[in-house]
Amino acid sequence: MTQASRPTPAAPGPGRRGVVGGLFGLTAAALAAPVLTACGGGPSADPKTVTLGSNGADATPKSAYAALTKAFGEQSGLKVKTNTVDHDTFQKSITSYLQGTPDDVFTWFAGYRMQYFAKKGLAAPVDEVWEKIGDGFGEATKQLSRGEDGKYYFVPLYNYPWAVFYRKSLFAERGYEVPRSWDEFIALAKRMRRDGLSPVASGYGGGDSWSVLGAFDYLNLRANGYDFHMSLLRGETSWTNKRTARVLDLWRELTPHYQKSGGGRSWQDAAQSLLDKKSGMAVIGLFLGQQVTDEKIRADLDFFAFPEIDPAHGQDAVEAPTDGFMLSRKPKNQDGAKKFLAYLGGASAEETYMGVDPSNLAVHQDADTSSYSALQKKSAELIASAKHISQFADRDSDPGFISTVVLPGLTEWLGHPDDGTATLKKIESQRSRFFTA
Amino acid sequence: MPPASSSPSRLGLGDRLFLAAVIGLPLLALLIFVWLPALASIALSFTTWDGIDLSGIHWTGVENYTQIFTNYPPFWPAVGHNVLWLLFTALLPTPFGVFLAYHLDQKIQFTRFYQTAIFLPMVLSLAVVGFVWEIIYDPDTGLLNSLLGAVGTDQHIDWLGNPDLNLWAVLIASAWRHTGYIMILYLAGLKSFDPALKEAAALDGANGRQTFFRIVLPTLKPVNVIIIVVTVMESLRAFDIVYVLGGGTGSKPGMELLSLLITDNIIGESGHIGYGSALAVILLLVSLAAIGAFLVQTFRKEDA
Repeated sequence: MTQASRPTPAAPGPGRRGVVGGLFGLTAAALAAPVLTACGGGPSADPKTVTLGSNGADATPKSAYAALTKAFGEQSGLKVKTNTVDHDTFQKSITSYLQGTPDDVFTWFAGYRMQYFAKKGLAAPVDEVWEKIGDGFGEATKQLSRGEDGKYYFVPLYNYPWAVFYRKSLFAERGYEVPRSWDEFIALAKRMRRDGLSPVASGYGGGDSWSVLGAFDYLNLRANGYDFHMSLLRGETSWTNKRTARVLDLWRELTPHYQKSGGGRSWQDAAQSLLDKKSGMAVIGLFLGQQVTDEKIRADLDFFAFPEIDPAHGQDAVEAPTDGFMLSRKPKNQDGAKKFLAYLGGASAEETYMGVDPSNLAVHQDADTSSYSALQKKSAELIASAKHISQFADRDSDPGFISTVVLPGLTEWLGHPDDGTATLKKIESQRSRFFTA
Repeated sequence: MPPASSSPSRLGLGDRLFLAAVIGLPLLALLIFVWLPALASIALSFTTWDGIDLSGIHWTGVENYTQIFTNYPPFWPAVGHNVLWLLFTALLPTPFGVFLAYHLDQKIQFTRFYQTAIFLPMVLSLAVVGFVWEIIYDPDTGLLNSLLGAVGTDQHIDWLGNPDLNLWAVLIASAWRHTGYIMILYLAGLKSFDPALKEAAALDGANGRQTFFRIVLPTLKPVNVIIIVVTVMESLRAFDIVYVLGGGTGSKPGMELLSLLITDNIIGESGHIGYGSALAVILLLVSLAAIGAFLVQTFRKEDA
């Protein structure tokens, strides 16, 4: 007899081995699945669809982007599939997102932050698109849209200024006057405090620590000028020099007038305290308007440019971050994506967007600005009058340097503002790690 | 026919193939999904890499490690916080969980209700736990500050923003979860406890405390080991709740932890994969040392 004829126990139904084998096959299939899908992710998309990765997760921008994609769909017959991700999460995961299977077109920011990904080859140049849309933009905007290699990588949609916001009616009731100089500003803050207000709204808790950078940027721009600010942010200047220390010294004059407990509050809640007239002023961007639901309050909002510190620099710089779109490195629907970008770079797209989200300004020269609110008009004038336009610390610098070194340093310092030597030393010790050429 | 003993020649070709597949494929999966990344991490920890092109990997030797130990401001605070986390968890919520389990195991009224209530935080998704505690700690409208306001103190305490306070605030939230976890683990152990031992102890005149410390605790040694290992592991890998309460953007002043520093460097817009890997390797070594020392010590005694 051979071994083959050895009787096996006849099991009714699936035997033990069968079950184990079956389970095992399932496991193997499950393990193999991600690999297979990864392989299948080639350019298989249908030519009628363009995908858009959007960080506009808040209600207002979300519906504004929806209006854009709908309008484009009606005009071109292409369908835009939008994949919306929470704003902070989108930024955090951008590197892996762009290396995986990103959407054809994605929302992003102008400045160093755009150039970084262009340089790394994670975005495709869009010179072809710019041949069509180039006439609509001024030289400053064009410069913002180019990578370090001179090619275009970015299609701008809107920008918005940072300034000191306040409510006109509150200033009128209390007889406050708009400060032009730093001394007037501090004097006004003191007066507000005596009147029982929180002079400067403050909310940088949770994921909102970026919001403190507005004050930092402006203090540096006003005290040390645009050129110094940019070289500091690009890692070309030491953080422990006297001029940077002076920024923290100035800031220390203002921090006692900050709304208490800012470290645990969201920027939205801080903004609300301004709208509720509990805080007197707020150093924030025009996007503050997205928090406003009552049109009467919107009409009551106003701003003034961050006050002058050094007369040599006056108020010549404005912080006006520009948001827009980029093309991923291997778009599935190349032609559709470029058509979409050309549409996004047109005046009508900007008008459509502004129609839903009036807290921004069109950057296209032909965009119709007749429907602008007073606040938008004033914002546009502020930007137009600027000699220098900065983006924002986390856009003008290496974002990793800002988020893992500068922000923890500054928020910790804001908890106990001292002369800042230790804080600046800590920041300086990490600089070379991020800025080695 | 050979005797039906454990001779390998008994296995036919099909059996061998089957065995090879059943053992080989999981082994392969283990290698690919656990060991390969672990070893790659260790290798990467000696390089700098931005995480984009493989050609961007540059060998730097132990540079990352010297940088971390000598020139990385959040590193030593993070180590301190991890140690604090371990001590706090081992000294408060863990014994408290055991205490609750012991008492809920007695025949008291509504014990099921209490068990469910105390275990509930463990069932909630972490995002929910984060929201719950955010609402409690909110500086303006939070439950805690409202209560303090109601009893007359006009203090405006910034629970999550103040770098001296926020770690404790998070530790409380974590303890709230950990207690229920330990309780359920210990309760499971107590269910298998032979009541005859307790009766014998009672006959010998042992009081409640003596019964617990002299009889129950030594008998439940395997469960104790699990609980200690769980506590140490949870403390070293503490991440999620700090991440959620810190706003989901990485480490915050006062709340630095090793695990958060790793994600700070690896995830994010400009990755420092090598640097982050070096941090991960340090955490791995610390964890291995802690758990290894403990397990070796425990089981050596058992074998002897």
